Amino acid sequence: MAVFAVVAVIAAACGSDSESAPEGFRIGIVAPSASNDLAFTQSIVDAANALAGDPEILITDGTFVVEDAATAIRGYAADGVDLVIAHGSQYGGSVEQIAQDFPDTIFAWGTAADTFGLPNVYAYEAASDEGGYVMGVMAAALSETGNIGIVGPIEVGDAKLYVDGFKAGAESGGANVSVVYTGSFSDVALAKTSAEAFASQNVDVMSGTAQMVVGAVGVAVTEDILWFGTQSNQSELGDIVVASQVYKWEVVLEQILADINDGVKGGRVYEVNLENGGEVIEFNDDFDLPGDVKSLGEDAIDGIKDGSISTS
Amino acid sequence: MSEFFTEAVLIATIASGIRFAVPLLLAGLGEAYGQRSGVLNLGVDGVMLLGAFGGYYTVLKVGNVWIGLLAGLGVGLILGLISAFITVTLKADQGISGIGVFLFGLGMSDLLFQRLVGTPRFIDTFPRIEIPLLGDIPWIGEMLFRQNLVVYLAFLAIPVSMVVINRTTFGMKIRAVGENPEAADSLGVSVAKVRYATMLIGGTLAGVAGAALAIDLGIFQQNITNAQGFIAIALVYFGAWRPLGVMLGALLYGFVNSLVIQWKTLGIITDSWSDFAAMAPAIITILALVVVATRFRAPSALTKPFERGE
Repeated sequence: MAVFAVVAVIAAACGSDSESAPEGFRIGIVAPSASNDLAFTQSIVDAANALAGDPEILITDGTFVVEDAATAIRGYAADGVDLVIAHGSQYGGSVEQIAQDFPDTIFAWGTAADTFGLPNVYAYEAASDEGGYVMGVMAAALSETGNIGIVGPIEVGDAKLYVDGFKAGAESGGANVSVVYTGSFSDVALAKTSAEAFASQNVDVMSGTAQMVVGAVGVAVTEDILWFGTQSNQSELGDIVVASQVYKWEVVLEQILADINDGVKGGRVYEVNLENGGEVIEFNDDFDLPGDVKSLGEDAIDGIKDGSISTS
Repeated sequence: MSEFFTEAVLIATIASGIRFAVPLLLAGLGEAYGQRSGVLNLGVDGVMLLGAFGGYYTVLKVGNVWIGLLAGLGVGLILGLISAFITVTLKADQGISGIGVFLFGLGMSDLLFQRLVGTPRFIDTFPRIEIPLLGDIPWIGEMLFRQNLVVYLAFLAIPVSMVVINRTTFGMKIRAVGENPEAADSLGVSVAKVRYATMLIGGTLAGVAGAALAIDLGIFQQNITNAQGFIAIALVYFGAWRPLGVMLGALLYGFVNSLVIQWKTLGIITDSWSDFAAMAPAIITILALVVVATRFRAPSALTKPFERGE
């Protein structure tokens, strides 16, 4: 019996595939960009849609303005939605206020690690430095000039983790890495200008994170520069995309559902990472990745999982 | 710093600065027409957004960038007509109605994108055209004369606008209506017609600016202009309501943006100064604006609806 209990706990902690939403369960998602942005927002929408138990999924996307998001979060809570997901670290203040007004509603917000001490709030985050590191290792191996460029938005949170991890991985392979933060999550033109700057400096491999990177990907396509994506599978952006770090937020959502089924309504912080399968590296079938480079990536994954590689 | 003074990097910096400036230049030029006739249109960014979506979606469906540009032009023309109806015929407060047009453009462009396109997909971009002989000049040729057709047309619009505003009867009517609409009206000039005309020009150029931006980037996404329409309005003040001034402002803004990014990528601007550097284009523009504001004055009738007999 005791053995069974331990196995059950481990299964729950690892995000069991069989964890189902209760019957009639409703999930409301509030996210800053479009639900099909091939990036941050799409990753949580895809995860919710992958949940077992066929929960009803309600989505309010495109809420760049925090006040708009707060209205949507409060609206879902008032409407009796069982789990309200505020998918944006900028929504933290709103969640903290609204969760106190609706103690029977369960809230989850990320990417962050703070539940504000509230019993009905979950927080979730991504160890995006891990996948970033793996792709940085492969980027260094693929680069012929030895120059790699990374386009980031603002030097905070998930974006900084990813950029730092990618840089560390690429530098471990001997590459010269330049990073530029445009200062904006949405300025596509600045992302393009950044990529053009890299192109003029003999950069032949790039990566980037946040919604505005499509501007940089466009330059990569035009200039035939290799690209590594993150947050969602970006392979359909072109055959210059080598691989993407993909978040499987369902790992977190299944953990939360397991908690809910056990009567726990919040107060916990969960993370997706390579070890728990919440982060995976998906390769672009249209890109002919050399086997030895892929092996380097797989070795890096194993090293991070067993602790022999540090991403910092 | 020595890395910056290499041929490839300098050329890329200047070429990017020019490309960055073009949407601002087109939108600012259109806004200058309106303001010279006394109409402030704060909805430029909304028109640009819908022009951007119109251009992007058309290229996505038709596969021709020039038809896409025409679609942006058409969208701008229609929105210019609507803006003129609101501000000239209905005599609504120009500030409030402009904000309304902006919000309409912001929301509608995103809604249309979500419903009609969904996942971002790249489209063809403008082909570069090398000007014979000029394009062969070392360094200068690649910086200036290997751009796309829209860039050349945008800069051609500057002397054309200077002639139109300063040397034609239509331009004289624009200036008269902007300075003293009552006097212009007493001389038989239709204030409403002139303001309609400038609003149509402004809307058209804003629509073209948006379409040019989206087609140049090869992609559309929510709020793709990132407030460039508002920067264009500021550049009209910066340029003292003159086409040449608007051009200089747009180029300054574009070059500073491009320079800051290039210096960041080269590590000349360190991480600790990165955020301050990101503000540089706006700060420089504001400082220049202050200088201009002390030396030039706005059209006297700017933002004032015209009522015959007042």
